[in-house]
Amino acid sequence: MVLDTSKDLVPAQPTGIWSWITTVDHKRIGMMYGVTALVAFFIAGLEALFIRLQLATPNGTILSADAYNQLFTMHGLTMLLVVVMPVGAAFMNYFIPLHIGARDVAFPRANAFSYWLFLGATIMLLSSFVLGGAPDGGWFGYAPLSTQLEEFVRMDYYAIGAQLLGIASIMASANFIATVFTMRAPGMTLMRIPVFTWMAVVVSFLLIFSLPIFGVGLFQMYFDRNFGTQFFSGGGDPLLWQHLFWLFGHPEVYVLILPAMGIVSEIIPVFSRKPLFGYPFVVFSGIAIGFMGFGVWAHHMYTAGLGPVAEAGFGIATMLIAVPTGVKIFNWIGTMWGGKVRFELPMLFSIGFVSLFVIGGLSGVTHSVVPSDYQQHDSYYVVAHFHYVLFGGGVFGFVAGAYYWFPKWTGRFLDKRMGLWHFWLMLLGFNLTFAPMHILGLNGMPRRTYRYGEGLGWEFWNQVATVGSFIIGVSFLIFAWNLIKSRKNGVEAGPDPWDGRTLEWSISSPPPVHNFDEIPIVEHVDDFWHRKYATDEEGRAVRMTDVTGGTLVETDTGGDGSHEEEDMHMPSPSYYPLVAATGITTVGYGLIYAPGAGWVVAGIGTLITMWGVFGWSLEPVTRDEHHD
Amino acid sequence: MPLARPPSHDCSKVKRPHKSRDTRTRLARFRVASLVAALAVVLASCSGSGPQTALNPEGPIARTIDDLWQLVFILATVVFVIVQVGLFYAVFRYRARKNDDTEPVQVHGNTPIEILWTIIPALILASIGYPIVKGIFDVRAVAEGPDVLQVQVTGHQWWWEFEYIDLVGPDGRTLVTANELYIPEDTEVNLTMTSSAVIHSFWVPVLNGKRDVVPNRVSNLTLIADNPTPPDQPHPGQCAEYCGLAHADMRFKVHVRNQADFDAWVEDQLTPAVVPTEGAAAAGFEAFNTCVACHNATVSGPDGIEDIGPVRTIEVDGVTFTSSLAPNLAHFGSRGTFGAGTFENTREHLAQWLANPADLKPMLPELNDIPNGRILGMPNFNLSEDDINNLIALLEGWK
Amino acid sequence: MTSQSAPVEVHDHHDIKPIRKAAMWVFLGSECMFFGSMIATFLLYRNETADGPGAEIFDIPFTSASSFILLMSSLTMVLAHNAFENRDPRATRIWLLATAMLGTTFLAGQVFEFTEFVHKGLTLSTSSFGSAFYMLTGFHGAHVAIGVLMLMTMFYLSFSGRLFDDRGLNVELVGLYWHFVDIVWIVIFTVVYLLQV
Repeated sequence: MVLDTSKDLVPAQPTGIWSWITTVDHKRIGMMYGVTALVAFFIAGLEALFIRLQLATPNGTILSADAYNQLFTMHGLTMLLVVVMPVGAAFMNYFIPLHIGARDVAFPRANAFSYWLFLGATIMLLSSFVLGGAPDGGWFGYAPLSTQLEEFVRMDYYAIGAQLLGIASIMASANFIATVFTMRAPGMTLMRIPVFTWMAVVVSFLLIFSLPIFGVGLFQMYFDRNFGTQFFSGGGDPLLWQHLFWLFGHPEVYVLILPAMGIVSEIIPVFSRKPLFGYPFVVFSGIAIGFMGFGVWAHHMYTAGLGPVAEAGFGIATMLIAVPTGVKIFNWIGTMWGGKVRFELPMLFSIGFVSLFVIGGLSGVTHSVVPSDYQQHDSYYVVAHFHYVLFGGGVFGFVAGAYYWFPKWTGRFLDKRMGLWHFWLMLLGFNLTFAPMHILGLNGMPRRTYRYGEGLGWEFWNQVATVGSFIIGVSFLIFAWNLIKSRKNGVEAGPDPWDGRTLEWSISSPPPVHNFDEIPIVEHVDDFWHRKYATDEEGRAVRMTDVTGGTLVETDTGGDGSHEEEDMHMPSPSYYPLVAATGITTVGYGLIYAPGAGWVVAGIGTLITMWGVFGWSLEPVTRDEHHD
Repeated sequence: MPLARPPSHDCSKVKRPHKSRDTRTRLARFRVASLVAALAVVLASCSGSGPQTALNPEGPIARTIDDLWQLVFILATVVFVIVQVGLFYAVFRYRARKNDDTEPVQVHGNTPIEILWTIIPALILASIGYPIVKGIFDVRAVAEGPDVLQVQVTGHQWWWEFEYIDLVGPDGRTLVTANELYIPEDTEVNLTMTSSAVIHSFWVPVLNGKRDVVPNRVSNLTLIADNPTPPDQPHPGQCAEYCGLAHADMRFKVHVRNQADFDAWVEDQLTPAVVPTEGAAAAGFEAFNTCVACHNATVSGPDGIEDIGPVRTIEVDGVTFTSSLAPNLAHFGSRGTFGAGTFENTREHLAQWLANPADLKPMLPELNDIPNGRILGMPNFNLSEDDINNLIALLEGWK
Repeated sequence: MTSQSAPVEVHDHHDIKPIRKAAMWVFLGSECMFFGSMIATFLLYRNETADGPGAEIFDIPFTSASSFILLMSSLTMVLAHNAFENRDPRATRIWLLATAMLGTTFLAGQVFEFTEFVHKGLTLSTSSFGSAFYMLTGFHGAHVAIGVLMLMTMFYLSFSGRLFDDRGLNVELVGLYWHFVDIVWIVIFTVVYLLQV
């Protein structure tokens, strides 16, 4: 595809199932994250549909209270930790190296390990349904309810499963940070990094600093349940859990939304044919959101009894976080302003994102009005709010990203007709489902209730929400069919179908194993655009004739023999990450059933882990050893 | 004074159609549909609906909150309209048109504008800072003074226990009841609350926001009600913090009475239940022996006034709370509901309950540990039909 | 404007060492939050002894001695790193072993101390104080143990002559980790043992 590179020097794409199991290629790992998360999305979505069926009528009898409590807990847990976070990780894995002009992430095997451990923890959490019941303490697992019923293993699955997901995320985040800070192509200064990758860095830092706090809380919960400690029960303080949890849980909200904001910040400029308005402001507002995200955790606890002074402080801090969020929204509108807005599918979803996120953001501001939150807290109003943020924001953003980058992954477009159906049905279904929940919450319907009585005035809007949820379900079935069908039969896209701005569009679709035949030298934000376009005296873009997307021709370095150095050291495949992840997951299963027979399982898991870790740390990074 | 209600607080939830060249006809249909939907939303939500709404306050504290809500709602609506209009104006005004190959001017940003749209929202938010902080202190103020009615609340899985610590009967016993709270109108009521096992949250939306009820901690909530409630229409309340299996069925009622009616109710409640001596009720009292493993009641019988059933207390932060294993049944017949405000107190419901409580309300009685005070529901005692009828006669007689 | 690219060998071979160091620093940042949360828990529960034993059972002189031993291990670690930088396998080996021995001595002291406390009636489940104390010091001990394991791995590598190979783990990274664990102990020793009296 490029020049006449002697093919034998360029790593070939390996095939077969074993090549996926041992892969350390960030693109394949990203794909695996994406597919796993998509499967989990359908499972968690199905859980939500059961919940909506149960609530469609007063005194619903489709689910027992027990089943309902498991389903809503697992719906939240799965959607947040197994769907939205990993979808973010999928995009980050795939595009961070492409965005910064690198051949892979800093630690390819650690990257594979993160994925396998994530998969192990996902299987663990889902297996709980058939192994004694799924977690049923709510996704934020408030103590001492979560430590109360030691007879059941349900919340042990929560404590251990979330812990493993956390370890996987910490490793992935350290990896991303190291990648971005040390592996950028020449000229790719920090202020030339695409916004999505910037947001990935912010997210990684948020996870690095917030997950260990959650980890401590989970350990404490686990010890309380299994070893009689008194962190939250006995003489302990139940509010300790809430502080530890929300010190993680609030930054987590930004972990979920910032990647989607990053994606939208990539898409809007491309389809407006203008650079992102106020790039540094978008970047710094993202960083500001990250910092402030650590200072507002207690706004989830206004009714817990922190005292009026603390409540006032956290209320004001929470309002302030709306400022950088607003800056992002204004900049997106500013980007479209004066542009040439093309209504391609990624753009439609991005516009949907901005519009719906505004609603979620504004209902968030109403929560920062603390006395008002005394009413809204733990009611369906909150359910409406965070679905507008995480679904109207997050999911719309990620789906936009999927339509945007599918051609890069597969070389083919997603079908536009199906995509339009998906968009309009999703938009309609989403608003029908979640807008009525604002009204339900204000009219006193508490969340997490498996049934409600007649005569409270909640029947109608619950029915509307249920109808809406099934429309969302249909829209995603269309999406799934589109993904499956277009992967092989879609319209061929070529390397640069959208006239893109960032480096991933400068290489073939799908990209070669080694990403870049030659590491680019970067001179601008949106470097690839600047290779294609100059500006005239009015400041309008003017296409240069000798460059076309994906087939960049060297015009100045010619056949100077530089390619003889293209002996690329791609990291060797390795199965040790899978071994180590399997070992740790086994330890996890053992701990769930400890004390007792679980110790044996945990012991076996420890041995497997050590095999994996030692094999890993002692094997050479690349098979043919070339040392300086 | 409450502000005038905005014409609709849900215009925000109705999607405007996004126009796209190849979907015009569909768009027209969408527009009609959204208009209808918008109208429905407006009609339905001009004010709160239902007895548990936060939007129709029945007392001054809830009204303070509602006023703040309306203030911020109007602000949010204005911002919403401005941003959405800006967004959709940009999208449609600057859409790519056929036969127009010109490229846009490559604007990279504008610092003064950035500063402007950082500062203006900050100023808007700052402007509501003062009312918010004032609102917090107003709502959170703990009612004090001789005229305040003191009630201690203990949250259990899954029911509420109320003790009026200043209302003491001639025998020195305080007034204890469950799931149905009576308060006098226009009186400050200070709830002092804790929980026996897990976190609950006490919420009567028409009177005040919610307040968590936390084990090992004491929390306070003030209730003030404007008007008496009709006997069959008390204000509904509900536990708002997920507390396990039957969280949805942990409800309660707040009856508001004028002072005279309230005093009469107090007098009734402070009178011990009478041990029946004949008929079905007397047989029921025999069967009641099973119940007093957990339930309790103050009764006056041949041996004088006595407490039957276990009476437990817990001490938290120096406050002693009554923390029974199960609701006090001495005046069961006077309650409009049972099963934590969930079931209407009728013979049919009660018969169903006594035949198998878990049929009506999900519970985990198999995990009860009475000596350690852990009760997770009422077991099925496999009562005979006679026992059930006798017990009903007893309990419905205890007004 | 012309497109540009660089010959591969100049920019593709990122020096892997600073990358690993960056990741280790990030990881240690994460560890700070981990220990910080446990220290905060301990501070919350320092007086929640439920009428069981409290801080009075600490043997300050004994723990001071074992703390000193752990601090000394940081010194030997520095010497090991120096030797490693000088590519001196023999000296590296000796100092690695010394560090591991000091670490093990510290661990033995902790085991002894825990046994004493259990005899005096302080267990994981006695009180919130006990829970918080054992969790904090126990997780620190586990970190020391993992550090000893890594030191011994390096020690083992030094015999097979592969100490200076470019592998995932090297003496420099182990050293960073070890110093971090030491510093955390200084904080724990101050907060848990010294501030009580």
